[in-house]
Amino acid sequence: MKKILSDFIVSENIHLNDHYILLKLTTEAPLPDMLPGQFVEVRIDNTPEVMLRRPISINFVDKANNMLWLLIHLIGKGTFHLGTLRQGDKLNLLFPLGNSFSLPDSGTAPHDKPFLLVGGGAGIAPMLLLGQLLAERGYRPTFLLGARNKEDLFELEQFASYGDVCLSTEDGSLGEKGFVTQHSVLEKQTFARIYSCGPKPMMMAVARYAKFHGIECEVSLENKMACGLGACLCCVEDTKEGNQCVCKEGPVFNINQLKWQI
Amino acid sequence: MADLSIKLGQLDMINPVMTASGTFGYGEEFADLVDLSRIGCIIVKGTTLKHREGNPYPRMAETPQGMLNAVGLQNKGVDYFIQHIYPRLKAIPATFCVNVAGSSIEDYSLAAQMIDDLDHIPAIELNISCPNVKQGGMSFGVKPDCAAEVVAAVRKVYHKTLIVKLSPNVTDIAEIARAVEAEGADAVSLINTLMGMAVDAETRRPLLSTVTGGLSGPAVKPVALRMVWQVAKAVKVPVVGIGGIMNATDAVEFMLAGASAVEIGTANFVDPSVTMKVVDGIDEYLDRHGYKSVREIIGALEV
Repeated sequence: MKKILSDFIVSENIHLNDHYILLKLTTEAPLPDMLPGQFVEVRIDNTPEVMLRRPISINFVDKANNMLWLLIHLIGKGTFHLGTLRQGDKLNLLFPLGNSFSLPDSGTAPHDKPFLLVGGGAGIAPMLLLGQLLAERGYRPTFLLGARNKEDLFELEQFASYGDVCLSTEDGSLGEKGFVTQHSVLEKQTFARIYSCGPKPMMMAVARYAKFHGIECEVSLENKMACGLGACLCCVEDTKEGNQCVCKEGPVFNINQLKWQI
Repeated sequence: MADLSIKLGQLDMINPVMTASGTFGYGEEFADLVDLSRIGCIIVKGTTLKHREGNPYPRMAETPQGMLNAVGLQNKGVDYFIQHIYPRLKAIPATFCVNVAGSSIEDYSLAAQMIDDLDHIPAIELNISCPNVKQGGMSFGVKPDCAAEVVAAVRKVYHKTLIVKLSPNVTDIAEIARAVEAEGADAVSLINTLMGMAVDAETRRPLLSTVTGGLSGPAVKPVALRMVWQVAKAVKVPVVGIGGIMNATDAVEFMLAGASAVEIGTANFVDPSVTMKVVDGIDEYLDRHGYKSVREIIGALEV
């Protein structure tokens, strides 16, 4: 997939709450096809403390408006800067990077059992694009989305338009109280495949569930990275095939490839 | 348009812009973003005789105007390079040089000897200065007699252009440069990364798995410039300047201080197309100042 380096214009910077933004970016050239789980490397300009680009997963591609959505957790100096962007500001992106969640071939009959898409915190971001593409292929996925509280769960109507939505919050303010892995849907239903993105302890718990039930499971990692192109070898994950770049061989790995103690 | 061509030993380059080992992969990773044929010389990832897994994660930490890395020379070894990577590089119309690293004199000379046979690799850069390898290159690069010994051994078996990459983690870098020049180095490149460290106060843990790592980026530029200046005065062979070069002005500064060419490293992570901008920017600088050739600015610093 051809890598592109180009300037985008901030169309909207929606402050969802005081620590999450939805950045809608537009560009002149038509956006190429992007795969669910892929990410962009955003250049952070005008901040002397931040030099390296920040990897941000692709939340959604609004093809009709040639717009790229990034759902961003404001968590450090780089993302704080993104929070300050205003409509019309320029942002340089390197994209699309990384592999993707593996999609079933189009034309294959949907399974009897649904796919489960588990997103936690900012990890819900790539699940929207994945859900959309699955829906386009005739699947109706189940989303299991978790956050600390209801203020940190976003885009729920859009998720609901692609599949069934189950929610967990740690404080019980929306959906079931507790972690995603404690959600009752995991006991009530069985799944054909599980995709997950979120904090590592959550993904490990999801992987444990998948392994126990013999379900194929893919997780998206977010090791600290520099180049995003597989050149600097900073972001490696220790896999069964040796050290692999999360930016190039990942960010999505089948749990059977990883050396996680689960 | 000025003449940008530069010669290091027998290595002819169309311009003085090179890529620093470990920051540009094998060039292929950047092929969508950069015209590889417009880079003076692409120095590919550090290659050792045997496969190396490198250091555990985390290997990188961003620091003010810089970054620390502790990759530890992860590579698949020289055999793999020759069989699987070199055939692909041969097909790319660009100039490639291999960075050769090792942990013993035998390793260095065996790897260099094997690369000597590759028609499309006109030069090697001998990495005697990697800070991230245990009993590794560093020990060779920090003592003049050890540096001389490894360069002498490689010089015996390697017949093309031999660039030796120097460590800044020494008392007197000029002394090391003179020692490797005396053993037949065709050029010296400097600086490799400066040993550094970063700590997370909240978790009371180091940010790198190896605790210490190599600092690069704009933070090291003044140190690198100073060392290039000192070394250029101390040796007759060409000097390749490395250290925090982010744009053409930085590159020109290194050349004024005495560098015949420059390597772009960390900047490739910030702007993967930076090499093109540096080439164009040097050209623009030369035109603006009325120079006919880039060679006129080498060591042209007025003190």
